[in-house]
Amino acid sequence: MTSTTTTPGGLERPAVRRRRRKLTFDRVSFMAVFLILPLAIFVIFVISPFVQALYYSLTDWTGFSPTMDFVGLSNYVKLFGDDIFLHALRNNVLLAVVVPFVTIVLALAISVMITIGGPSKGMIRGLKGSSFYRVISFFPYTVPAIVIGLIWAEVYDPSAGLLNGVLTGLGLKGFADFPWLGDTRTAMPVSMFVIVWSFVGFYTVLFVAAIKGVPAETLEAARLDGAGRLRMAVSIVIPQIRDNVQTAYIYLGIAALDAFVYMQAMNPGGGPDNSTLTMSQELFTVAFRKGQFGYATAMGVVLAAVTLLFAAVVFTVSRLTAGRDVPRAASVRRAEAAAPLAKESRA
Amino acid sequence: MTAVTTDKALSSAPARSRVSGSGGDAAVASVSHVLLVIWSIVVIVPFLWVILSSFKTTKEILANPFSLPAHWQFENYAHAWTDAGIGRYFLNTVIVVACALVIVMLLGAMCAYVLARFQFPGNRAIYYLMLAGLTFPVFLAIVPLFFILRNSGLLNTLPGLILTYVAFALPFTVFFLYSFFKSLPDDVYEAALIDGAGEWRAFFQVMLPMAQPGMASVAIFNFLGLWNQFLLPVALNTDESRYVLTQGMASFASQAGYSVDFGALFAGVVMTVIPVLVIYIIFQRRLEGSVSSGTFR
Repeated sequence: MTSTTTTPGGLERPAVRRRRRKLTFDRVSFMAVFLILPLAIFVIFVISPFVQALYYSLTDWTGFSPTMDFVGLSNYVKLFGDDIFLHALRNNVLLAVVVPFVTIVLALAISVMITIGGPSKGMIRGLKGSSFYRVISFFPYTVPAIVIGLIWAEVYDPSAGLLNGVLTGLGLKGFADFPWLGDTRTAMPVSMFVIVWSFVGFYTVLFVAAIKGVPAETLEAARLDGAGRLRMAVSIVIPQIRDNVQTAYIYLGIAALDAFVYMQAMNPGGGPDNSTLTMSQELFTVAFRKGQFGYATAMGVVLAAVTLLFAAVVFTVSRLTAGRDVPRAASVRRAEAAAPLAKESRA
Repeated sequence: MTAVTTDKALSSAPARSRVSGSGGDAAVASVSHVLLVIWSIVVIVPFLWVILSSFKTTKEILANPFSLPAHWQFENYAHAWTDAGIGRYFLNTVIVVACALVIVMLLGAMCAYVLARFQFPGNRAIYYLMLAGLTFPVFLAIVPLFFILRNSGLLNTLPGLILTYVAFALPFTVFFLYSFFKSLPDDVYEAALIDGAGEWRAFFQVMLPMAQPGMASVAIFNFLGLWNQFLLPVALNTDESRYVLTQGMASFASQAGYSVDFGALFAGVVMTVIPVLVIYIIFQRRLEGSVSSGTFR
């Protein structure tokens, strides 16, 4: 290797780090093609629409009219007097409060049982057959959200559905024709359940990975001090993986603020009395059915703002409730980086 | 936390461990198992019920949700595949997902490689731009995107849909391959250059093959994400003959409300799920491993 260092030009000398290498045609053409091609597609189809949306939201554009008048903030003023949109906004806030909380509690419970629910003697380990439960509960993550919605719409069907079949089979005759998705009292809760159902498995796997990153000595020490499994879970495990929980909260919140696919599958019209209508559904209708594109993009901006606000609230709450700085294992940090996967498959 | 509990716990520790001996363990284990089994049933039974129903006639489905079919109606599948157009939607989906997957993996790897291994002005800015693409809701972009595609004549075409899929899967791909390329050793790359390879050859013949495990993981996630995509096709691909599977299922379900062919609807659901089920079973370990390790190492 040392012999090559004397070659004229000296480009490939190992001593020269790559950042200081000269620009050759080979290098420049390589970087240009490798960067410009992907970036062009990304900027044209992702970034520029984001930026344009900000402008369109300030116009009265109907998309097909040649004129596009700048109307300032009047779309936003109109939005906050629009009862249907405000109803949708409230529904979304409710979704963002309930869905992440329930999902995370369930996922934490399952992952704790899987990882440290085993015998209290010997090595700290999970229940027998835990991988079976993990594989089963992860499966819904792979199924298209629209199909999940359609399946559950059939399960909730008043007369031929699985749920009412089970309930009447158990002797609860009152549920014989109960329209779960058609009653204002139940439509939202049962829709939320479906969203929770589809996400629990993914976050279980994520939390299992995080819990495995908690040093075994910490858990052993807690056990020697007499902590039971519940105590270990609440006092040791959850504080140690709090950053994962925070990340999960944010991604679940983003999913709940969208919720388009699930709601569109179960109640395309927004449900009884608009009780399950979401901002995303309303945006879609206003844009592609009514053609009010300026107004619809203003809704999109509000949706994005609410999403960012939600993330900020989660960060703040997390910061305020954090006690002492708990040192984190490297694997915990790595598991956290995987959370965007959840968004990827559900867009 | 331990500091607080120590004093109290020390005295009670010996007694505790005797109480929570095998008897307590068995109780905790059985309660946990019961809860986990209940959850597994809640997850799996709807799928089994759908499979069972897909072999029944509409009349049987409406009469009793649990009865076994009198005759196993394989016609439901044929009906869904041809009459309801699931076959065509399936083909469209395969074309769109296959093309988008190949393109996004190639472009994503190229972009991540340059970002991870070369220093140049604007490097961090591009990285954060990608991160922004991952964070903002697609709904913010959907209306302008509609007009970008319409003005370039790509609206309601499969190439247009493929390009949008590529663009929206790109930040995720770059984000995860970035850390992967960052972790590859310098020595092999240096050796390739010394042996006379240019940057192009070094990438395609040395670095890309080395990144293969990371590429595989990202590809599986992209496959699932693109196969399951719903919003983009519903907004940007409204020509019925070019529908993809998820979109076709949604429209089939809303039509079935009138003509009520539940058997075919359930058969359609089964056919939509089978490809992802197969992928899940084959790659189960890799998929969960990727979620756990995060960096796809």
